[in-house]
Amino acid sequence: MGKVNRREFFEQVLATKAEQTPTVQDKDAIYEQYANKELPRGLSKTTGTLNEYTGQWTDVEITHLLRRTMFGVKYEDVVALRTKTMAQAVDELLSPQMTPAPPVNNYNTSTYFDPTGVALDDTWVNAPYGDSTVNSKRRLSMTNWWIGRMIYQPERRITEKMTFFWHNHFATEYPVVAYAHMMYNHHMILRNNALGNFKTLVTAITKDPAMLRYLNGYLNTKTAPDENYARELLELFTLGKNYKPIYTEDDIKAAAKILTGWRYRTNNWTSYFNANLHETSNKQFSSFFNNKVITGKTGAAGEQETDELIDMIFGKFEVAKFIVRKLYRFFVYYDIDANTESNVIVPLATLLYSTGWEIKPVLNKLLKSEHFFDMLSRDCFIRTPIDYVVGTFRSFDIQLPSGWRSDDEYKVYNYLRYYMGLLGCEPNLPPNVAGWPAFYQEPDYYQKWINSTTMPRRMQFMDMMLGSGFSAGTGTAIKIDPMHLAKKFYSPGEPNLLIDFFVDLLLGLTLSKTAKDNYKVASLLTGQTQDYYWSNAWTAYVSNPNTSNTNIVKTRLVSLLTELTHLAEHNLC
Amino acid sequence: MKRRDFLKVSQAATLAYMINGTPVGAYARNPLLELLAKQTAANGRVLVMIQLNGGNDGLNTVIPLDRYSELSAARSNILIPQNKVLALNNTTTTGLHPAMTGIRDMYDNGLVNICQNVGYPDPNFSHFRATDIWMSGSDSNQYINTGWLGRHLDEEYPGFPTGYPNTTMPDPLAIQIGAGTTNLLQGADVNLGMSIASIDSFYNIINGVVDPAPNTPAGHELTFIRYIKQQTETYTKVIQQASWKANNVSTMWPTGNRLADELKIVSRLIAGGLKTPIYIVNLGGFDTHSQQTDATDTTVGNHADLLGNLSDAVAAFFDEAKLLKYDDRVAAMTFSEFGRRIKSNASGGTDHGTTAPVMVFSKYVNPGLIGTSPALPQNATVSDNLPLQVDYRTVYAAVLADWFQIDTKTMDKVLMKNYFVQPVFQKTNNVDETTVSGRDEILGQNYPNPFRRSTTVTFGSDGGMVTLQLFDVNGRLLQTPVNKQMDRGEHKVTLERGDLPPGVYFLRLTNGKNQSTKRMNVVD
Repeated sequence: MGKVNRREFFEQVLATKAEQTPTVQDKDAIYEQYANKELPRGLSKTTGTLNEYTGQWTDVEITHLLRRTMFGVKYEDVVALRTKTMAQAVDELLSPQMTPAPPVNNYNTSTYFDPTGVALDDTWVNAPYGDSTVNSKRRLSMTNWWIGRMIYQPERRITEKMTFFWHNHFATEYPVVAYAHMMYNHHMILRNNALGNFKTLVTAITKDPAMLRYLNGYLNTKTAPDENYARELLELFTLGKNYKPIYTEDDIKAAAKILTGWRYRTNNWTSYFNANLHETSNKQFSSFFNNKVITGKTGAAGEQETDELIDMIFGKFEVAKFIVRKLYRFFVYYDIDANTESNVIVPLATLLYSTGWEIKPVLNKLLKSEHFFDMLSRDCFIRTPIDYVVGTFRSFDIQLPSGWRSDDEYKVYNYLRYYMGLLGCEPNLPPNVAGWPAFYQEPDYYQKWINSTTMPRRMQFMDMMLGSGFSAGTGTAIKIDPMHLAKKFYSPGEPNLLIDFFVDLLLGLTLSKTAKDNYKVASLLTGQTQDYYWSNAWTAYVSNPNTSNTNIVKTRLVSLLTELTHLAEHNLC
Repeated sequence: MKRRDFLKVSQAATLAYMINGTPVGAYARNPLLELLAKQTAANGRVLVMIQLNGGNDGLNTVIPLDRYSELSAARSNILIPQNKVLALNNTTTTGLHPAMTGIRDMYDNGLVNICQNVGYPDPNFSHFRATDIWMSGSDSNQYINTGWLGRHLDEEYPGFPTGYPNTTMPDPLAIQIGAGTTNLLQGADVNLGMSIASIDSFYNIINGVVDPAPNTPAGHELTFIRYIKQQTETYTKVIQQASWKANNVSTMWPTGNRLADELKIVSRLIAGGLKTPIYIVNLGGFDTHSQQTDATDTTVGNHADLLGNLSDAVAAFFDEAKLLKYDDRVAAMTFSEFGRRIKSNASGGTDHGTTAPVMVFSKYVNPGLIGTSPALPQNATVSDNLPLQVDYRTVYAAVLADWFQIDTKTMDKVLMKNYFVQPVFQKTNNVDETTVSGRDEILGQNYPNPFRRSTTVTFGSDGGMVTLQLFDVNGRLLQTPVNKQMDRGEHKVTLERGDLPPGVYFLRLTNGKNQSTKRMNVVD
């Protein structure tokens, strides 16, 4: 009986899912003991306004901006933004993003071929449905492609984060949407409108086949209107419900009637309005909507009622505050106190409302503000699972082997998708239509990402990536090369500067000099007391990267990076 | 209307895993996985490795008095005056640095074995490479990424971390005090050690607190994460529980001595009943290229301070081991990545050298010296270095074979070659859990086990003489609870603990050709 290769065994056991563990929050006594029982009032909070920030613009501010607007910090981005002003940096982040090439067939093997004739590495988004088998493979392909775009986005843009923001907002679950083409098209609506017009976006989503499937719109019919989408449209997508006076149940019923008749086609994945299924009475709304009546229309004109419904909803200033609050929580902090409400939320909501629902000016104002750059707004955002996993790949600049085809490439993304799920956030699989609770559930919000199941898993991920990595069936270990990152720095032979470089890149908060010195001695100097031992080792490695010299620096860098990424600070941004 | 319920995301089994050597998370309750967690052969013995970082100048530590004229010629600016060298019992050839009074006393009490001129062929003079060699047990031209103790633990606890902690081994396999991950404990796939980052971290753990943070949103979230991190480390609870059971009682503990502070923690954990067999502590600063001694009085200075710290800390630790009654099962060993040059330099120091002494401390050492004073040139030059007398792997072999009582085949695997077992430790009866005869279960497991006051043993007799003996972990016969003719059939006897200290014991039943041994545990 040979010794078990522990890593293979570990991967195997995870793959067979030996045990169903309870949902991440069930019976977690440790989490219950330490998470917020109420919103953390009594902290020193910023009183900053939306006035443009005019303070210093150093690496500290640059990394703060990048941490919040992208996934993890890439050193090249820091270097690039040093040559710009703060305003130019934000402008660049808010610029349009090149549309990425669509997902491809990553699933052909030597024995399996796409039944619609799509070749490996070619896109399937314009191909016919095929059958349920290829559709299943394409669904994974779509999510995995998305993860790949998040990691390997070629430009400095906020678009990837905003696409995810909208996905969480207009949450859909892929097993219910079911059709890969619908998933992709839905995603592209979010991506293309990410920094566009919120009202346009809501209109598009209302008529989007994926949403029609997800919230039963496609079943909504005049004989028995289905209120699912109508309710969520008001409660989750536009108005929320945490205030009085509020829309009524009758408003929901009326909206449901308006929305009857929308259907989708599976030959070309478009939606259309079927007048025969439409409920044509006049729809009376409550005093919340100024007692508006939307006149029922027969025939093709019936679909205009949907636009009128949306116009009516968007007449409410509440919609502006609702979405601005959600953006604030996504980019700054979850606790909105009275100062923030009056200094930031209301003015931004006014801006949004007055521009006719343009998102970009709102983000522009917020991200350039004193409030955003205030010291007290920094380092307090608990990184999401996506940020953690994607950020690791970006910060350490993990490259995939050149010459790989998409079958291997997407296997890597697939493993990351799985791991994000282990951390509580798999893209395209939110727990329900409300999105992930971390983004909305009072009083603990983002603390929900960190519990007795997920905290160890975060650290396990770093252990794995700093150790033997994962191969996901590609035959190549994907892992961190610590020297690759160290070499980007101008002075990796100087241990104090090198530690500063890693701390600034990887940790949301900086460390004291004492702490950094301890890590230097323990990790880079392995107990020696003179800095030159590291410098000599690095010089020897650079001039002759043979096995011995490489091992010497690698083990020390891995020891240091393990320490740093296991710190609580690594989970903040 | 259809609101979706929370989708129960099916998660894979949560497996105990090492995080920077800090195991975390619950382990999968899976029979298949638990089968892998082999019953450990740990016999309750503990090893404390004391790493001296920087390369200790052996010639000024364990001083070859019979080479004094050669020493005077080579290093007069740092040489210890002959009349200040501490004399050792039963030898005139060798003495200790004057700062090491504690270790001298231990030596005279039979608790110290010193191996002289320990090293390996073709030695490396670079700190990093030499440290990696000593930790991996490799030859000078081999590049091995695992540690010898890591490989030893891989053999003793196969499959770790899968299936751990479990009822047989609920505690860390090894604890390192100090940040960073030590290669010593690096196994084939994971690092098998748990790191207690600092003295402060330890006291944070046992007090259940985290470092304070500012009263800002960042501080608030940081504190929350720190608590979750601390509380989800699997071994936090067992460390706390062990710490609460024992206090530092020796009056010999020095203050302002970091090694002593680390050994105080180790002592509490051992005395508190933690089953962890390996601890690693550290003393740095031995790279004495200059000002090794005071310019006018060579008995004091940097090296003297370090050796004094070492000596005081070790002496206090073993004093406490005796007071807390675990001295029977603890051994400590120093090691350093190399010794230093025979000839001193003009800066009042010494440069990197080759061999140096290894000191082993335990009640069960063969007290005395292994090896002889090295032959030194009459007028050493800067190119001269100490000869090799003891290959360091033979000392590791002694630890594995005679301290941890590992079988030869496994030991050769761990050390990657067969090595002579240096006679550092007394050989003791290798009592272990076995059934010699073909009869199953002539001796049952005692119940309860572990036990505090008394326990009941069920055994079988085929008729004739029945002998039941009680041994300690060192194979010493303590009691013979049963020694008489007994009828064929099943019998029971109740054993009283009396004043047996907590730990591992062995019960051996002999009845004609039948013999069976079972291990049992006494706890407080």
